[in-house]
Amino acid sequence: MPDALPPDRSKTPRQRWMAVLARADADAVQARLGDVPRYTVLRGPEPGLVMVRGRTGGGGAPFNLGEMTATRCTVRTDTGLVGHAYVAGRNERLAELAALADALLQDPVQQPALLRQVIEPLAELQEARRAEIAAKAAATRVQFFAMRNMRA
Amino acid sequence: MAYVAVKGGEQAIDHAHAWLAEERRGDTAIPELSLAQIDGQLGRSVDRAMGEGSLYDRELAALAVKQAQGDLIEAAFLLRAYRTTLPRFAHSSPVDTSDMRIRRRISAVFKDLPGGQVLGPTYDYTHRLLDLELAHDSGGATPKCHDPMTAMPRVPDILRREGLMEPDGDGATEPGDLTRQPLAFPASRDVRLQALARGDEGFLLALGYSTQRGYGGTHPFAGEIRMGEVAVEIEPPELGFAIDIGDILVTECQMVNQFKGSKTVPPQFTRGYGLVFGFSERKAMAMALVDRAMRAEELGEEVTAPAQTVEFVLYHADNIEATGFVEHLKLPHYVDFQSELENVRRMRREHETSPPPAGGGLGEGAVRTLVNR
Amino acid sequence: MSASIDLPGFADPVTEAQATFRAVLDAMARPGTIHRAGQHLAAPAPLDGATAAVLLTLVDHETPLWLDAEAAPARDWLAFHCGAVLVPEPDTACFAVALSLPDLARFSAGSHEAPEVSATVVLQVPALASGTRYRLSGPGLREPEELSVTGLPPWFITQWQQNRTLFPRGLDVILCAGTMLAALPRSVSIEEG
Repeated sequence: MPDALPPDRSKTPRQRWMAVLARADADAVQARLGDVPRYTVLRGPEPGLVMVRGRTGGGGAPFNLGEMTATRCTVRTDTGLVGHAYVAGRNERLAELAALADALLQDPVQQPALLRQVIEPLAELQEARRAEIAAKAAATRVQFFAMRNMRA
Repeated sequence: MAYVAVKGGEQAIDHAHAWLAEERRGDTAIPELSLAQIDGQLGRSVDRAMGEGSLYDRELAALAVKQAQGDLIEAAFLLRAYRTTLPRFAHSSPVDTSDMRIRRRISAVFKDLPGGQVLGPTYDYTHRLLDLELAHDSGGATPKCHDPMTAMPRVPDILRREGLMEPDGDGATEPGDLTRQPLAFPASRDVRLQALARGDEGFLLALGYSTQRGYGGTHPFAGEIRMGEVAVEIEPPELGFAIDIGDILVTECQMVNQFKGSKTVPPQFTRGYGLVFGFSERKAMAMALVDRAMRAEELGEEVTAPAQTVEFVLYHADNIEATGFVEHLKLPHYVDFQSELENVRRMRREHETSPPPAGGGLGEGAVRTLVNR
Repeated sequence: MSASIDLPGFADPVTEAQATFRAVLDAMARPGTIHRAGQHLAAPAPLDGATAAVLLTLVDHETPLWLDAEAAPARDWLAFHCGAVLVPEPDTACFAVALSLPDLARFSAGSHEAPEVSATVVLQVPALASGTRYRLSGPGLREPEELSVTGLPPWFITQWQQNRTLFPRGLDVILCAGTMLAALPRSVSIEEG
């Protein structure tokens, strides 16, 4: 049933690392980034709101479901790289670290090492958490054995 | 209505608040609740405060529940007040519930639906017997199954393949926003859904129930209920592309109803839709029932019942507005009441001097007074 | 991403936005009086400090913004610091930034039901407090007030008279030059003099 599969959520490398950083723990990002170069904060970190939208019937016209908190930050490294972050919640430290990581990851020289040391391990943790929830859900999937046996 | 400024209660108010704070904390020999405990162990309260407060932030909602001593309408009120202090950065792309990371997904219309029935952490099938063991420590490991989940198409899409389900409709319009423009009628479906999503669970439950009991009945089936996390995506102008900012837990309900068709539309199924923050299944189901009931006029059905009356539903669904108006009656109405007192005294004087005509009832003066109000 | 976002916004967003809002409020309440804004702001070319401060204070992603061709180089800065959504046509804009007087009839004047949704035009001029003298009268002014502006074309008066006939609909204009601003609310009557 190919049309029933979730839509393709393919992302560019930058969209992917921003998505991972947005869901990460601030301490973990800081620990994995290690020593960071000097940078200037251009904006924020500031908390605010995002209006979350849904779709009528799940696939129709959009409607406003309600708001959520989010924090954004933009930094510029002394080498001139500008990094942005928008993260769910009110963790200003995470927003600043995520913006810094976004800036550093745009440097093609540093990128492979940062992906390896920061993004991939965080992504694995997030995937493991999702897999754990999926495994609990799968264990509650109903198998209609009894019904089949009765029919047989 | 008129209110008078009252001075002199300041110290009494301060002392009342101090007592409230003490009451909230309770016995200091007992450890204080942490926000993590409230979120972790009273999660359904947190979900409800977020939904009716119309603000998704589990930690803030836990704080609101704590501050309100578990009064969930007060907690929602606190969240509504807090959100006004923050700037809005963006609106999200519509969340894609077909890409939900499923924790629960059931259908009451297809037993063997693709992807299966996933019960999730449900109260269904519990016996509603108080578990005395829970009075002490509880816990235990949840069984896990590592068979991969298979694709879970939405039930309306399955019906649509046969042309038996109404389409979702156009997806391009910019939705109205009750937090920006006041409610106006006729209210389009996007505005109705926003009002329902932040509406009072008890009110919607009662209205939904009334449709089942025949007040605007449409014979609903729970086509599908799904609960889990969806990604929230925004497109900041400075980036020019969409980014994920995180995930939120939502519950969605697709309520399926038979529709006899009209001159232009063949008989098919129609839907009511429910989508709410958190794991709030009862609210999502009630929302879907009331959404469908409010479509009566659009679908050419006779509007006879409260749940079908859009103005009645939307003007009374918001419990922050409702509590404000009901509880404002506590405020000083000394001047209003003074005039009422004078009115009643005058009417009694008139009554004593000229008794009402035979047959009793109110005197003409009293009737006029009532009408004039 | 252009280099113009490297210029920061308000250093102290809450205080400076409040001070600018107060300046705009007072300017609207007393048409023709001159107020200060954006003294500490590194405004992006070609905007002046007052213009940039007013935009940082009033514009966000929910208020569509139209820029005239001369103001266009500031677009990235405005998109970043205000979250402004730029619109190509003036009629859908809530705010407009212009460096020379645009045709005011092209902007939304609001509806009779909601006159407050009309556009506000932020018009940056070469100088305030010098140049052509205008005589302002109307609500907020006990006595007629004089305002001198450099850079308004002669047909401005005609445009303004047209705008006034729409009342309660109509545009409001904020004039900015350097770190000075003055406001022309829709209710004010303007004569050359």
